[in-house]
Amino acid sequence: MSSDFKNIKSSDTHPPLSDENTSHFKLNENSRIAVIGGGPSGSFFAYFLLNMAERVGLDLHVDVFESRDFDNPGPAGCNMCGGIISETLVQTLATEGIELPPNIVQRGVDSYFLHMDVGSVKIETPLQEMRIAAVYRARGPKGNTDLEWGSFDGYLLKLARYKGANLIDDRVVDVAWSNGRPEIKTRGGVVRSYDLLVVAVGVNSPTLKLFQDLDMGYKPPGTTKTYICEYYLGHDGVGSNLGSSMHTFLLKIPRLEFAAIIPKGSYATVCMLGYKIDKELVQSFLNDPAVKKIFPPDWDSDKGACQCSPRMNISPAKKPYAERMVFLGDCGVSRLYKDGIGAAYRTAKAAARTALFEGVSEEDFEDHFWPTCKSLKNDNAIGKLIFLIIGQLQKISLTRRAILRMVSKEQKKEGKKRRMSAVLWDMFTGSAPYKEVFFRTLHPLFLTSFLWSFAVEIWPFKKRTTIQEES
Amino acid sequence: MKAGVLGKVYNDGDVIVRQGEAGDCMYEILEGTVEVLREKNGQEVCLAVLSKGDFFGEMAIFEREVRSATVRAMGEVRAMTIDKKTLLRRISGDPSLAFRIVEKMANRIRELDIEIERLKAI
Repeated sequence: MSSDFKNIKSSDTHPPLSDENTSHFKLNENSRIAVIGGGPSGSFFAYFLLNMAERVGLDLHVDVFESRDFDNPGPAGCNMCGGIISETLVQTLATEGIELPPNIVQRGVDSYFLHMDVGSVKIETPLQEMRIAAVYRARGPKGNTDLEWGSFDGYLLKLARYKGANLIDDRVVDVAWSNGRPEIKTRGGVVRSYDLLVVAVGVNSPTLKLFQDLDMGYKPPGTTKTYICEYYLGHDGVGSNLGSSMHTFLLKIPRLEFAAIIPKGSYATVCMLGYKIDKELVQSFLNDPAVKKIFPPDWDSDKGACQCSPRMNISPAKKPYAERMVFLGDCGVSRLYKDGIGAAYRTAKAAARTALFEGVSEEDFEDHFWPTCKSLKNDNAIGKLIFLIIGQLQKISLTRRAILRMVSKEQKKEGKKRRMSAVLWDMFTGSAPYKEVFFRTLHPLFLTSFLWSFAVEIWPFKKRTTIQEES
Repeated sequence: MKAGVLGKVYNDGDVIVRQGEAGDCMYEILEGTVEVLREKNGQEVCLAVLSKGDFFGEMAIFEREVRSATVRAMGEVRAMTIDKKTLLRRISGDPSLAFRIVEKMANRIRELDIEIERLKAI
């Protein structure tokens, strides 16, 4: 490592902020921007920055540093996540003019099943429309040979390149300051300074360590380990066993917080969230009767095509911005447990708007980018409270039965009367902010319906009925 | 409907939006072509033909009026609804999300200007 790149403090070389040099912090014609990471947040940033710059007639030079090839199946190009694009994000992208083509969407999802030990119920959207997309971040699991499948991350990167971003197939191995500007050094030996450096890497990336030595107040986000495994069922097998539904599980398994099985192409993706996930917890889940019943009888849980235990962002990074530098997506602030790609879109767009219309100083990012992050951060605090409540309710069989009863009854009603269904839908799909979900549970009609379902469950002389499972 | 497609499929002649009905969403055309019709005294006048990448029903997002025209599928059409509440919430947080809608509406005004000019010349 060159001595120029060792522990250079930002305050050593930054130009002082003053009215005289405020123009130094504006992007001008031919300003150079580096984006480290070509995942969704990096590609969204490059795409929207160039798109908005085109509208205002500004020519910018954007380099995206990404050494992975998303066209490869398996771990080589994978960004390791469940791969659900939420209903809200699908609609927002459509409004932006970004359509997700059929070769990128492995399956459109129009409903989900809630599985509990007391029964299962199907929750459908009132519109009966496919508005949730199940995607592969790269080109599917290890060994996948189906060339028709496209990578979601690769598709977004192509959109950014179409807008004019320059893809550099190299890895950034060092970062320093040079004359008040961020300077990067790549594995290939390139040293270049930029007007703005955008860090858009995941929490599992070693690149994040480079920024801990720069004294600028950034602290990486808190993380937890998750578990993801792909099972080959064949296209017809996925259709007949999982259909176009996401399957979610609220089971009374110690340390398991939440689990889902997502249909994608010829595979089923198992995702688990919990406390200290290990082999024992994974086996307990996979051997649970509620899980086994949705797989074919001859399914072998040991024969996963591809599996990983990536870390996921569960608490925000500290100060994800500095002079001429901003951190997006997972390495900045994300959404708790859900809709990480939606958070990548929101933070990337907020950063692009700030950089183009306001400036790239620390103050600009604090005033115009941080509010978006703060709103995600505050919403996550409510999300944590909701998951805590769900965790407690999960332990009581009566409440699980009451939830199941309430949802089953609601499915026969019209959209707006499906209060518990809507709450669960938005919780599990990440379609609405946690704050909105929480306040909906305080609605008198929601509480009355829930208490009624609860009372029916504890009534000793109730007519013995079993909740009908939808098929 | 194929496994990997989003939205909803409408068949030839299906009415997607009916004039006079209340609406709380707009539609993005993902595949196919639709005709926008204005009905008056039992007669239909075709106002526009829209295809992939176009949207319709956006007036319901910004005003509380009933649908101003009927939209009918010409052949098989795949379209996706965009909820009023979702869109307005997103626009309030990110006004630049409305850039494309404003751009499309500006294009329509430009086309209408040309049409008015043509009619006045008759």
